[in-house]
Amino acid sequence: MFKKILLSVDGSDHSLRAAEKAIELASLSGAGSIDLLHVVAGNTSKSDVLHHGDSDSASRKRMEKLAPIEGLIENAGLSVNTEVLHGQNGIAEAVVQHANDNEYDILILGSRGLSTVQTMVLGSVSHKVMKHVKAPVLMVK
Amino acid sequence: MNTLAQTKHEWFHNVRGDIIAGVVVALALIPEAIAFSIIAGVDPMVGLYASFSIALVISIVGGRPGMISGATGAMALLMITLVAEHGLEYLLAATILTGILQLIFGILKLSSFMKFIPRSVMIGFVNALAILIFTSQLQHFVDETWIMYALVALTLAIIYLLPRLTNAVPSTLVAIIIVTAIALIMNTGVRTVGDMGALPDTLPVFLIPSIPLTFETLAIIFPYALALTVVGLLESLLTASIVDDMTDTESDKNKESRGQGIANITTGFFGGMAGCAMIGQSVINVKSGGSGRLSSFSAAVTLMFLILVLGNLVVQIPMAALAGVMIMVSIGTFDWQSLMNIHRIPKTDATVMVVTVSTVVYTHDLAIGVLAGVVLSAIFFAWKVSKVEVDKSFADNGTKAVYAVEGQLFFASVTDFLEKIDYSDKINEAVIDVTHSHLWDDSAIGALDKIETKFEQQNIKVSYKGLNRESSKLKEEIGGLSKASGH
Repeated sequence: MFKKILLSVDGSDHSLRAAEKAIELASLSGAGSIDLLHVVAGNTSKSDVLHHGDSDSASRKRMEKLAPIEGLIENAGLSVNTEVLHGQNGIAEAVVQHANDNEYDILILGSRGLSTVQTMVLGSVSHKVMKHVKAPVLMVK
Repeated sequence: MNTLAQTKHEWFHNVRGDIIAGVVVALALIPEAIAFSIIAGVDPMVGLYASFSIALVISIVGGRPGMISGATGAMALLMITLVAEHGLEYLLAATILTGILQLIFGILKLSSFMKFIPRSVMIGFVNALAILIFTSQLQHFVDETWIMYALVALTLAIIYLLPRLTNAVPSTLVAIIIVTAIALIMNTGVRTVGDMGALPDTLPVFLIPSIPLTFETLAIIFPYALALTVVGLLESLLTASIVDDMTDTESDKNKESRGQGIANITTGFFGGMAGCAMIGQSVINVKSGGSGRLSSFSAAVTLMFLILVLGNLVVQIPMAALAGVMIMVSIGTFDWQSLMNIHRIPKTDATVMVVTVSTVVYTHDLAIGVLAGVVLSAIFFAWKVSKVEVDKSFADNGTKAVYAVEGQLFFASVTDFLEKIDYSDKINEAVIDVTHSHLWDDSAIGALDKIETKFEQQNIKVSYKGLNRESSKLKEEIGGLSKASGH
């Protein structure tokens, strides 16, 4: 059933919890691999370049941030394909497009849980994703 | 890909996206160009001409397709004194000189020198810029009624809340239209753009600034041009890196420096103020789907068209709406992450950041702030690497002392190093082991010469161990010289 699994993470602690659930699901459904997706928002580009010098160093830092999640998946005996996208129109839009274009069986999301004010201004990424992704979505709190 | 094919790709790979993004950017550029003119103390047309001309020229000669350049706050803030003391013509001359300096910088391929500007200085730079843009708006609140505050609050509310409903139109533009309409209908009598100066009703024309071509003129404009050059390139290359990251492509930083130079030279001759790349507008452009040269071109043409057609309406915009937009710009410019991380980064980095910001806020000059930050970073660096460890041990029944040196030997560390050498030991031979050290300069060689001299005065033989190739080369070249000259 859930053979083609997409795990979308932002690199926070919630990502690790989402990764654990993705691994459980993969072992239940006998999937051999998990696709890992990380989307960089436009404003994140700005602060990352500012803090890490240039685009190359920023990319390296992002891969470092994803390494523990990759490690977790690999230690469970699964292979992992990591993709970092630059969400020019917003994180949710990029996740939705990637998930729909590649016809995943399930999308697993880690939810960061913003405060009410933050959600009001930024909007909820998980909400937008759940609304527009065709595949079933598992949101891990 | 050959040059022609690449040029074609850079212009036309994304025609629809670029044209639409350009229109969105033009709408967002108008209020900023006017507000930055007002900060600099010139008529709004100077900033509008600049944004048109710079965006147009950069679309052709820039090194980073998809990046938007125009009149900016960072540059406007550097011009205030020049405009106040000498007037517009000197500003135009300074703009041309800035362009020439940037062009030279690009031709000499000096963009790699940007690596000497530490990240904490760059973060200080954008934070200081944000603070100055914010404080420059406070003058508009002086002697104003509650209506001003209410309109600014309304502007900000629309800017931040509208994107929750739709992203089809830029929220800054909607805010300006609504607030202008309210001010007109209610006849509030608040100050408007029209009160701040004239708007253009013609296309810019070529003019040579009417200034005396003397050394005295050069002496007036040169310091300003130099500061504008540094700040303009700093912000442009930072923005180029951000666009590189957002679009996951690379760009030619030296070409961009040359392009900024050509754009400023052209702009100065067409009556515009010096400008540079704009972080906020470039992010808006990429987010709106722009990525090619056509996006900047489309923004320039749309901007000029709107000004010529809608000039009469633009003068009705209340200053309150522009102040709201500038407050949004300053909030967006500030790097909030640096505040949240300040307790986690090294204390020296945090100090450099704070000193850069404070220097700018005190002097109102971003260039001086950057200089202070770079100098302080260099001092901290020298201080950190100037720690030398010297480990003394005895061999051959105590007749030989071995000093194992660990660390960098240079002007800042030799004093410490020399204090750790003991000349009162009863020995026949002293060995300086520099296997884990490196001799960097004249002071390091001078220190070794001094040790030799002092030991030799007591008939103690001095030898070295583990001199690496560069160090021994340096010692051969200048060693003994300083000893002979009696140091």
